[in-house]
Amino acid sequence: MDKNISFTLKVWRQRGPKEKGAFATYEMKDIPGDTSFLEMLDILNESLVNKGEEPIVFDHDCREGICGMCSLYVNGHPHGPATGATTCQLYMRRFKDGDTITVEPWRSAAFPVIRDLMVDRTAFDKIQQAGGYVSINTGGMPDANALPIGKDIAEEAMDAAACIGCGACVAACKNGSAMLFVSAKVSQFALLPQGKPEAAKRAKSMIAKMDELGFGNCTNTRACEAECPKCISISNIARLNREFIKAKLKD
Amino acid sequence: MAKISSIKVDSKIPEGPLAEKWTNYKAHQKLVNPANKRKLDIIVVGTGLAGASAAASLGAMGFNVLNFCIQDSPRRAHSIAAQGGINAAKNYQNDGDSVYRLFYDTIKGGDYRAREANVYRLAEVSGAIIDQCVAQCVPFAREYGGLLANRSFGGAQVSRTFYARGQTGQQLLLGAYSALNYQVSQGTVKVFTRYEMLDLVIIDGRARGIIARNLVTGKVERFAAHAVVIGTGGYGNTYFLSTNAMGSNGSAALQCYRKGAWFANPCYAQIHPTCIPVHGDKQSKLTLMSESLRNDGRIWVPKKLEDAKALQAGKKHPNDIPDEDRDFYLERRYPAFGNLVPRDVASRAAKERCDAGFGVNNTGLAVFLDFKYAIQRLGEDVVRQRYGNLFDMYEEIADTNPYKEPMMIFPAIHYTMGGIWVDYELQTSVPGLFAIGEANFSDHGANRLGASALMQGLADGYFVLPYTIQNYLSDQIQVPRFSTDAPEFVAAEKAVTDKIAKLMAIKGKRSVDSIHKELGHVMWDYVGMARTKESLETALKKLAEVETLFWSDLFIPGAADTLNVELEKALRLLDFIEIGKLMAYDALNREESCGGHFREEHQTEEGEAKRDDENFSYVACWKYTGDGQEPELIKEDLNYQYIKVQQRNYKN
Repeated sequence: MDKNISFTLKVWRQRGPKEKGAFATYEMKDIPGDTSFLEMLDILNESLVNKGEEPIVFDHDCREGICGMCSLYVNGHPHGPATGATTCQLYMRRFKDGDTITVEPWRSAAFPVIRDLMVDRTAFDKIQQAGGYVSINTGGMPDANALPIGKDIAEEAMDAAACIGCGACVAACKNGSAMLFVSAKVSQFALLPQGKPEAAKRAKSMIAKMDELGFGNCTNTRACEAECPKCISISNIARLNREFIKAKLKD
Repeated sequence: MAKISSIKVDSKIPEGPLAEKWTNYKAHQKLVNPANKRKLDIIVVGTGLAGASAAASLGAMGFNVLNFCIQDSPRRAHSIAAQGGINAAKNYQNDGDSVYRLFYDTIKGGDYRAREANVYRLAEVSGAIIDQCVAQCVPFAREYGGLLANRSFGGAQVSRTFYARGQTGQQLLLGAYSALNYQVSQGTVKVFTRYEMLDLVIIDGRARGIIARNLVTGKVERFAAHAVVIGTGGYGNTYFLSTNAMGSNGSAALQCYRKGAWFANPCYAQIHPTCIPVHGDKQSKLTLMSESLRNDGRIWVPKKLEDAKALQAGKKHPNDIPDEDRDFYLERRYPAFGNLVPRDVASRAAKERCDAGFGVNNTGLAVFLDFKYAIQRLGEDVVRQRYGNLFDMYEEIADTNPYKEPMMIFPAIHYTMGGIWVDYELQTSVPGLFAIGEANFSDHGANRLGASALMQGLADGYFVLPYTIQNYLSDQIQVPRFSTDAPEFVAAEKAVTDKIAKLMAIKGKRSVDSIHKELGHVMWDYVGMARTKESLETALKKLAEVETLFWSDLFIPGAADTLNVELEKALRLLDFIEIGKLMAYDALNREESCGGHFREEHQTEEGEAKRDDENFSYVACWKYTGDGQEPELIKEDLNYQYIKVQQRNYKN
């Protein structure tokens, strides 16, 4: 059985995008180790509501590591200290009695704070709308087995497609770059035959949109790869660069 | 006794033999020409598999689509969490699959409580879904020869499930999301994120728009359209603890119900057999372990009660119990299907063993799912390749290594087969209002088979609604765009803002979640896996108490005209209470056991569900009659012309 722990929580609170934020401090007592990090915040919020105060606002939904909604910067790491896990998959047994735990929102010019720990990630949707698709309508497709695809290629595409669009890569990057996110989608499509016809156009338009929306550039620090909850590899960035250069050479 | 309405139900099933109905329908339905499509607006609420695929397909056809979701991006819809796979009658494995067999398995799996024509159409379009997804670059699992791989799911003896590791829902949803993004780039679809539908607007008897709250600004806004499509998922969170996402809710469906759309078969809720057991009272949700694990995992509890007691007390390790002392109860009871019996059967069997005292964790509410045998047979690497991400997920939550010791699992609320009633065209009883995906009631009968939800969501969105909605819209081409200044919009908006003001004014002492947990306990204890007349009558009394508590002691901090998460949750909870009552009414009325609905009074000597086809072979549609009033019951008779209705048999 997991032990109960007590600790100090420092949480970023900010009323709105233009307002000044500050850390608020909360003392947490006797939290069971098998409580998830978000359930721990639920406990805190319940106590705030019971005192007549407004709860801490944070994004979350599936609570099983796949929707990409949760987005907390815990003790200086996007999604906290665990590797290959989202915030909702983080359990309190990872922390020690007497710890001070700092919780902040994603910090990036492209992700403005909405309130407290909730940020606006519509920039990610806009990048996808700039080219993250195959230009087809519904119906009239060839049989799914008409075109064999090597198992290794399909697996590699799946590795890239596993991205959950949470934005941890941007939050981890000192430049606020979205290259890992963009490259995961570009790679998935560039690897598969159905995505190849538009591969060049896609790489160019998604990168142009990324630049336009205020994301920074990649300087190969690999922080994104280290913090990605789905362990998306930066080899995808290399593939994106190749696709981008190929496209530019054709211009 | 429920008041029975004399309304005669027309489900608009096309004429002709079963296999030709959909073809005949498509050949004779009315169409809208391309120039007119641009003049027609369609609101699609929800961006899951059904909503996103519908919005993208309707946009591609040239309609002007407004697509709404409560999350920060369409890609977050809870379809994303579906793990195991999607069924399709491709017969790529040459193992005897066919459209008929998928149809038959789905009808049988649903315990003969679904419409033949709808289910046949579902099976018929299933193959095209896989073609569509492959064209979108969905990276399905493949064999070394480069062709698509399949696996088996519960309730089937063929291998027809397509999958992308344990993340099939994610990949299919991202495929639909990419199709949606293409349409956004083309200007045919406009997406409204962080918006929640709070009412349906009806003008002259037809659905003409919605009232939605901008969740960031708190502003209540009006949106008009020629037709409204609801694809907002199920109502499993009525139970508080479920495998649904925290935001999943039944409110859009319930608003439609309050505006005249019938709610069908609300009591059919699916309890998934393989979830991680409940661990404490602060838990916020239950995590599903994919049904695909039952392909290779073996489910067991100890044969000896003393071993179970030792496990419960933490005095014995599961690996210390020898094979001969293990009771593989599914293999014992159902030799033909073994560990791959349908979900309702597997869940009840687990409950039966735990009720008899053989549960294996400290609460006595868990059974083992063991991969020891698969690892002996296939090696750890193959098992890791098939289920690695699921094992990692389990280890992170449960803090034990499933490669070394068996997983512990227990049933949990997962999916709701009931929902808004629709006819063959997916149109509700309100003209111009359509319901798709889990939000409707149509294809799964009393129990959904694994890997069929993804199939149905995408079938509705890609290949059914885009046809049937035209049949409705064809006579709407002369109808100009509606002004949201119409008195119906003004009245609907006022009703919403009044309701919000009323909630804010309660100013009691209880948080939304604390009341929601009470609702959840009532539902699980009295409207759960096994129901009786007595438990359901108790449920109705207790639900009335929860409702009183809500209206007298709820506290919502903050203000209504800004972002307010507690207010969002309160509005949903109010609807969950109403849905809970509907479920109890329906379960009380249905004096038989079928699929996910088990009445203890109606079981065979062996403890299997006992249907009453003579009296209950109908869809129970509930019609709203006013707040605080009992709803009216409308019966849609189910007529089986093409298959023989029989007792489900998974034994031999």
